[in-house]
Amino acid sequence: MSDSTALAHAEHGHEEHPSYLRHHFENVEQQADAAGFAMWLFLLTEVMFFGGLFTAYLIYRNWYYPAFVQASHQLDIFWGTLNTAVLITSSFTMAMGVWCAETRRRSGLVFCLILTFILGIGFLGIKTIEYKEKIDKHHVPGFHYSLQSFTNPQSDPEIYEKYHDKPLALDMARHTEVYFSLYFVMTGMHALHMIIGIAILGFMIFRARGGAYTNGHVTFVENFGLYWHFVDIVWIFLFPLLYLISRHQ
Amino acid sequence: MTDQKEMEEASHHVVSPVIYIIVGSILLVLTGVTVWASYQEWGNFNAVAALAIAVVKAMIVVLFFMHVKYSSKLTKLTVFCGLFTFLALVGMTLADYFTRAWGRW
Repeated sequence: MSDSTALAHAEHGHEEHPSYLRHHFENVEQQADAAGFAMWLFLLTEVMFFGGLFTAYLIYRNWYYPAFVQASHQLDIFWGTLNTAVLITSSFTMAMGVWCAETRRRSGLVFCLILTFILGIGFLGIKTIEYKEKIDKHHVPGFHYSLQSFTNPQSDPEIYEKYHDKPLALDMARHTEVYFSLYFVMTGMHALHMIIGIAILGFMIFRARGGAYTNGHVTFVENFGLYWHFVDIVWIFLFPLLYLISRHQ
Repeated sequence: MTDQKEMEEASHHVVSPVIYIIVGSILLVLTGVTVWASYQEWGNFNAVAALAIAVVKAMIVVLFFMHVKYSSKLTKLTVFCGLFTFLALVGMTLADYFTRAWGRW
C-alpha cells in the first residue's frame, strides 16, 4: 500500500486493510456476510419464481392427468439422465473452483471454471437435441402443433413400442399442448439461467487468469457458486417431474 | 495486515475437496437410484419416491455445495424462512385446487 493511501486511511481512523474491503463495512467478515445474505435473498426470489411454475405444472397435471402422462412419454429418459449427470458434475467442478479460490490456487481455479463452462455448454447441447426432436414432431405449442402421437399412438412407433399408450379422445389430447407449454417454459427458463451463468463463467475465467479471486477476495466466485448450484437444484426437481413420474401410468 | 488475514481465515470455513467428492458421488448415485425407481411398478408411490429422492438431493446440495451447514445463523435462518414461506404458499395453493370440486359430483 502506498504512503498516500495509508495516510488517507489514517486520517479517517482506519488500520490498514485489504484493498477490497469497502469502507462502509467494519471488516472483511462483515462484508462477506452481507454479500452472502443478499445472494440468498436473491435466490429466494428465484425459488418463488420457479415455485410458481412447478405449482402450475402440478395443478394442470392433476386436471388433465391422461394428457400429461402421454405427453411426458415423449421425453427421452436417456437424455434426461445424461443431462442430470452433466449438471451435477458441473456443480461439483464449481464447488472445487470455490475451494481453489479459497486456497489461492490460480491455475486450479481457472481449470475448474473452464470445466464448469464446458459442462454447462454440454448441458445446453443435449437440451438442443431434445428440443429439435420436439420441433421435428410438431410438439411445440402454437407452431403447427400436431396431436397425431396422442390421438393415434401407433403412428409414433418409437414411443408406442415402449409404452403401448391407448389413443386419447380429441378433447383430452388437445391438453397435451398444455404439457408442452409448461415443458418449454420450465426447461426454457432453466436454460436461460444456464446461459446467463455460462456468460458470467466466461467473464470469471477471463478475470481469474489475471489473478482475480485468488487474492483472498473470494466473494464473487462464492456467490456465483451459490447461483450455479441453485440452477442445479431446479433441474434436480424438473427431471423427475417432467421425465420420470409418469412412466407407468 | 496479518491480523486481518488471520481473522479472515478464521471466519471463513473452507470445505475440503474430500467432502465435495463424496457429495458429488452421492448425488450421481441418487440420480441412478431415481431412474431405477421410475422403472419399478409402484403405482402412486413412484411419484412420491421420485420427489423424496429429489428433496434429499436438493438438501445435500444446499448443505454442502452451498455451504449452509457451515454458514452463519443468519444464513441458516434466511434459507429456512424462505423455504418455509415457499412451502406454505405452494401447499395452500395446491390444497385449494385439489379440494375445490369436493362434494360437487
